[in-house]
Amino acid sequence: MTTQTIVYVPRDAAARSVGADEVAERIAAAGGDGVRVVRTGSRGLLWLEPMVEVATDRGRVAYGPVAAHEVDGLVAAGMLDGADTDHSLGLTEDIPFLRDQRRITFRRVGVVDPLSAADYERHGGIAGLRKALAMTPEQVVEEVTASGLRGRGGAGFPAGIKWKTVLGATADVKFVCCNADEGDSGTFADRMLMEGDPFTLIEGMAIAAHAVGATEGYVYVRSEYPDAIATLRQAIDAAYAHGWLGESVLGSDLSFDLHVRVGAGAYICGEETSMLESLEGKRGEVRSKPPIPALAGLFGRPTVVNNVLTLGSVPMILAEGAAEFSGFGVGRSRGTQVFQLGGNVARGGIVEAPFGITLGELVNGYGGGTRTGRPVRAVQVGGPLGAYLPVDRFDLPMDYEEFAAAGAMVGHGGVVVFDDTVDMAAMARFAMEFCAEESCGKCTPCRVGAVRGRETIDKIRAGIDAEANLELLEDLCELMTDGSLCAMGGLTPMPVRSAVQHFGEDFHRSPVPLPTPTFGPNGSAS
Amino acid sequence: MTSGESPVAARARSAVAAHRGERGALLPILHDLQAEFGYVDPAVVPVLAEELNLSRAEVHGVISFYHDFRESPAPGTVVRVCRAEACQANGAEALMAHAERNLGDGVTVQQVFCLGNCALGPAVEVNGKLAGRVDAARLDALVASADPFERKVHTV
Ligand SMILES: Cc1cc2nc3c(=O)[nH]c(=O)nc-3n(C[C@H](O)[C@H](O)[C@H](O)COP(=O)(O)O)c2cc1C
Ligand code: SF4
Repeated sequence: MTTQTIVYVPRDAAARSVGADEVAERIAAAGGDGVRVVRTGSRGLLWLEPMVEVATDRGRVAYGPVAAHEVDGLVAAGMLDGADTDHSLGLTEDIPFLRDQRRITFRRVGVVDPLSAADYERHGGIAGLRKALAMTPEQVVEEVTASGLRGRGGAGFPAGIKWKTVLGATADVKFVCCNADEGDSGTFADRMLMEGDPFTLIEGMAIAAHAVGATEGYVYVRSEYPDAIATLRQAIDAAYAHGWLGESVLGSDLSFDLHVRVGAGAYICGEETSMLESLEGKRGEVRSKPPIPALAGLFGRPTVVNNVLTLGSVPMILAEGAAEFSGFGVGRSRGTQVFQLGGNVARGGIVEAPFGITLGELVNGYGGGTRTGRPVRAVQVGGPLGAYLPVDRFDLPMDYEEFAAAGAMVGHGGVVVFDDTVDMAAMARFAMEFCAEESCGKCTPCRVGAVRGRETIDKIRAGIDAEANLELLEDLCELMTDGSLCAMGGLTPMPVRSAVQHFGEDFHRSPVPLPTPTFGPNGSAS
Repeated sequence: MTSGESPVAARARSAVAAHRGERGALLPILHDLQAEFGYVDPAVVPVLAEELNLSRAEVHGVISFYHDFRESPAPGTVVRVCRAEACQANGAEALMAHAERNLGDGVTVQQVFCLGNCALGPAVEVNGKLAGRVDAARLDALVASADPFERKVHTV
């Protein structure tokens, strides 16, 4: 048999959304028996999707973006031999956007077949779990604490301290829950890890289970991610088959069962206590704390709740040691963060880099400015509850404390870019509208404050008592910040205030007519 | 099946049976029903309440809390347009306006906040299939070629 050429085409949802399936089919048809198409995760160079890679003696050679109707021409031009064509990007690893990153959590994404356990082990997988199982739970917790790993879901709480609390609690059963609700606009790294390297998450959760004495785990994935759900379910089956889950994991004393649960379209279910309520089969209403989930979480039992990227960073920390991880970063922000560039950006995608990289290096350096080619005017960092920052803050280093000092937040690492056509008063209004829409309704400052906030911004934009209403808006923001039970109501003022602070002129533009109220079925204005 | 019980109620009982032994199984059960019928028939509420030892108000409260669960079928092709910030930065509001104005009979247009395709916006889902870099012309083409019988609601 002649040797087959291996061609890699992503199966990532973003790549599929611009035609990767059709490209893979065309390549398989054009190449016949001479090619084997392997579906991988995406390298995260999303503006180049669908990006095709061909294995050669020199390494993988990339082409992109490739449309299905271009495949035959590219094959005729020698793509399957790695030849230079008008779509050539050179060796994948030499593409500057990728070469300059420091891939740790994402090291295998786009490289391996996400469902091949053999690929996973060949690329360093399971080494962390083996090491952990040879250590006591206390030692594992100590290692994670020493790495300086902080929660990647938004709040940045030290993972080791949370784990220590759960380890110290006694109960008939303890849980590890992965928060894969990823509702923040501008974030997609959780999804890409689950679709591109799901075993990393599974391994991280098994390590967490050993560390805290848990026997049961759940991954709570939002329903908007059907591909991630399917991939994760298949990966969990494979992990059981390989003895990485189930009874006596890798022959050890650890027994750990893992389940996938699917959300149902509620942003608030990303808040950890709301997620726990949802996992219990209830309305996703936020719980008041205390008690903290580490002591009384799922069904009242001690529970680790961590984000996908937090748990996905754990295998490397165990495999290579805490010092290797904590060697990256600045201040109290250790390791790398998987930043996500989205919105109106020329080169959107994944940038995994040590903390300390500046906002400008991300947006202008990696991102290449806007997709429209117009000047960048604003970026929102950290999701819908994060601040809008102007270009003159591009010197800010990505660091939890530096961002907090600037009235902003790193959050889940999403960076959304806007050009100079953006109306920041409209974005402030949207922040209030979003909060009104997605509030769980439990407390008044959030539920009522957001509706009043939206109405007040409407009046400001309509030129009705603008100064008095701006003052009223500030009062509302203060009320929401101080009086809300959770960060949904508590942080919605952040995008609003930052828009007023940095882009005040947008609140004094020519009047926008008040929206005409529409009436819902029960007569309530919306 | 209790004699005289509707097929919907019987199906609800079998969905409960399929998730017996799972902790807090109401959401997976509702997802099963929604995936099969495209909505959650209010007639299942008393059945689920009885089977799961909950009050009717609790079951109804859960169904109404989550955006995914509909109490009646969505007619025709379902178009979900992302209106979150990253897609707004690429013209999602204009695309949403186009969809509401021009996609007529046989199309249900909904807003959604983030489909996780934020680098390739505006993002749209047509009958459950994700599409990126969608402008008005591409949206019209996606809707025109959507197979009305192959509605894929969340198969989860
Ligand atoms: C409104 C709201 C939404 C949130 N959404 C998410 C989310 O989608 N994913 C996530 O991991 N954390 C989210 N969080 C943060 C969680 O409450 C929690 O801090 C996190 O899951 C803890 O894991 P970590 O320490 O690993 O970050 C959200 C918080 C709030 C207030
Ligand atoms: S702040 Fe909003 S989302 Fe949070 S508990 Fe209160 S009402 Fe619910």
